[in-house]
Amino acid sequence: MTSKNLFQKVWDAHSVGTLANGQTQLFVGRHLIHEVTSPQAFGMLREKGLPVRYPERTFATVDHIVPTNEASEPYSDALADAMIKELRKNCEDTGVTFFDVSSGNQGIVHVVGPEQGLTQPGMTIACGDSHTSTHGAFGAIAFGVGTSQVRDLLATQTMALNPLKVRRIEVNGNLASGVYAKDVILHIIRKLGVNGGTGFAYEYAGTVFDDFSMEERMTACNMSIEGGARVGYVNPDQKTFDYLKGRPYAPTGEHWDLAVDQWKSFSSDHDCKYDDIVLIDASEISPTVTWGINPAQAISIDESIPTTDGVNPTEKESIEEALEYMKLEGGQPIKGTPIDVAFIGSCTNGRLSDLEEVASLIKGHRVKEGIKAIVVPGSQIVSKLAQEKGLDKVFTEAGFEWRNAGCSMCLAMNPDKLVGDQLCASSSNRNFKGRQGSPTGRTMLMSPTMVAAAAICGEISDSRLVFNS
Amino acid sequence: MALAKITSIKGSGIHVPGDDIDTDRIIPARFMKCVTFDGLGEYLFHDVKFDQEGSKKKHVLNDPAYNDASILIAGSNFGCGSSREHAPQSLYRAGFRGVIAGNFAEIFFGNSINLGIPCVSMSKANREKLIKLIDADPETEINLDLEELRVTAGALVLPVEIREDARSSLVNGMWDPLDELVSTSSSVEAVAGNLFYR
Ligand code: SF4
Repeated sequence: MTSKNLFQKVWDAHSVGTLANGQTQLFVGRHLIHEVTSPQAFGMLREKGLPVRYPERTFATVDHIVPTNEASEPYSDALADAMIKELRKNCEDTGVTFFDVSSGNQGIVHVVGPEQGLTQPGMTIACGDSHTSTHGAFGAIAFGVGTSQVRDLLATQTMALNPLKVRRIEVNGNLASGVYAKDVILHIIRKLGVNGGTGFAYEYAGTVFDDFSMEERMTACNMSIEGGARVGYVNPDQKTFDYLKGRPYAPTGEHWDLAVDQWKSFSSDHDCKYDDIVLIDASEISPTVTWGINPAQAISIDESIPTTDGVNPTEKESIEEALEYMKLEGGQPIKGTPIDVAFIGSCTNGRLSDLEEVASLIKGHRVKEGIKAIVVPGSQIVSKLAQEKGLDKVFTEAGFEWRNAGCSMCLAMNPDKLVGDQLCASSSNRNFKGRQGSPTGRTMLMSPTMVAAAAICGEISDSRLVFNS
Repeated sequence: MALAKITSIKGSGIHVPGDDIDTDRIIPARFMKCVTFDGLGEYLFHDVKFDQEGSKKKHVLNDPAYNDASILIAGSNFGCGSSREHAPQSLYRAGFRGVIAGNFAEIFFGNSINLGIPCVSMSKANREKLIKLIDADPETEINLDLEELRVTAGALVLPVEIREDARSSLVNGMWDPLDELVSTSSSVEAVAGNLFYR
């Protein structure tokens, strides 16, 4: 038998056949949906008179539009209210399981899937959301798709796709203290560029990924799409299995052992081929911050904001555009840039371990006066576990607001938004123009710990110095 | 219902400058609060066109000379960011029927093809020639020919590229795969039945 990588194995196991245009019809084992990209798909299905073919394989949650400081319905935003009601009705009508707000299981779709044990190795997973790559942390092949494909999946549980090439990205060595999974992925994107991953799945490996917890692997896989790769994954190992054991949708009893055997078989073979291999030395990576308007425009906390000296004309244009929008000056240190807002949350960094890490550091510190700092757990379960550990108190005592679960200030579809040209230190994943709700709002991406350091100092700061780590 | 065979797109063009135009720029997230795609055309490039007070900015997208444009010319990595189909939907509803760029983000490309919007890649040097031509005369007719894989405009004949599966779906009127996907239900069941999980 020829050896294969995980992507090829999962692809082959789920391939239904070749379509007339040469694309593959791929079976998708788990389909996750949310309120923004699914209502139109249900509408198209109704128009065509098609039923949901495998409702037991689709799971829904609501995340983008939920207000994080308003619990009762109807929501004061009529459009948001219409969207949650539409999703609820579509799920009721078709038999799709919905982790509704009242269930205690609601949250950001990429936090909920793993937490419920829905995300498992060797699966194909799809969701009408680009950060579906997160689920690759478990050794699943997980695609972000558009609404027409959500429709295709509801109607057939399959979609038309082309296979991807696979690039193995190995990060070896030891990360310095104060350097997190977020810094690793920002560093990778900085090195390979925002479209370096086009046409590729990224296989993350090396001692750094071996040592990462499942939540750290999720943080890295989450941002594959920011590097242009539609899919990112880590080969499953004992940590993966331990994480899944006992979760609501994980196999139980004798099915568990059988499943683990299957899961192991999906790992990339030792002698398999890759289309590309990139090696990264962990010691190169420092706490990293974006200064521009795409996630590759990132530098380490000790560096200065780039100038246009000696760069090619295309790059010059993009640096100038970014500096103008960000109201920053090339050549200045990034450290010391004043901020207005601090946001800890999102599907990149809104999990329990993120909140625990920050809470363990901020005791005795206070958010600087005039800075708005919010902490938004990625799911109701994260919120509950954090509260059981008293983390909410640690945050509120330090001057952070503690909110309900949702996407919140990661994007502008709920009341949490930047105002005017406010600058936000953010643990989310996108720093595009206008991303956080104000057309002139400014975003700097960084790890949650760096966000906390910025909140406390009122300016971009080296968390290692602020917290003496 | 048989789909139209999309072999060529003819119309005038507009150049929206810049690389890495992301989906938040194409349609800001706050306009995605909707349960249908109807009406999205109005918000295409909203924050590029309007300032915070809602007044029109000085931008080519506000120049009436390009009102009838149906072919968008852009830089590299067009459509990066979110998987939202709202982006190509708003392009389509605003009257755009084709996009010429350096290259495209993958999900955006797939979403656009599924709606029957050809997205073709053209070299930077050739795009500059084309842009010069439409800057001089915004009414220049551009013919994006998917059979010959070229764009003709005025005296220009410029080669373009597009993934073959996408090209073939468009020219054969099979760009929406749903009917074909539905037609294989027995093979789908076989694959589902063989999987190691339910
Ligand atoms: S947290 Fe942000 S990136 Fe993640 S699903 Fe929500 S809006 Fe998208």
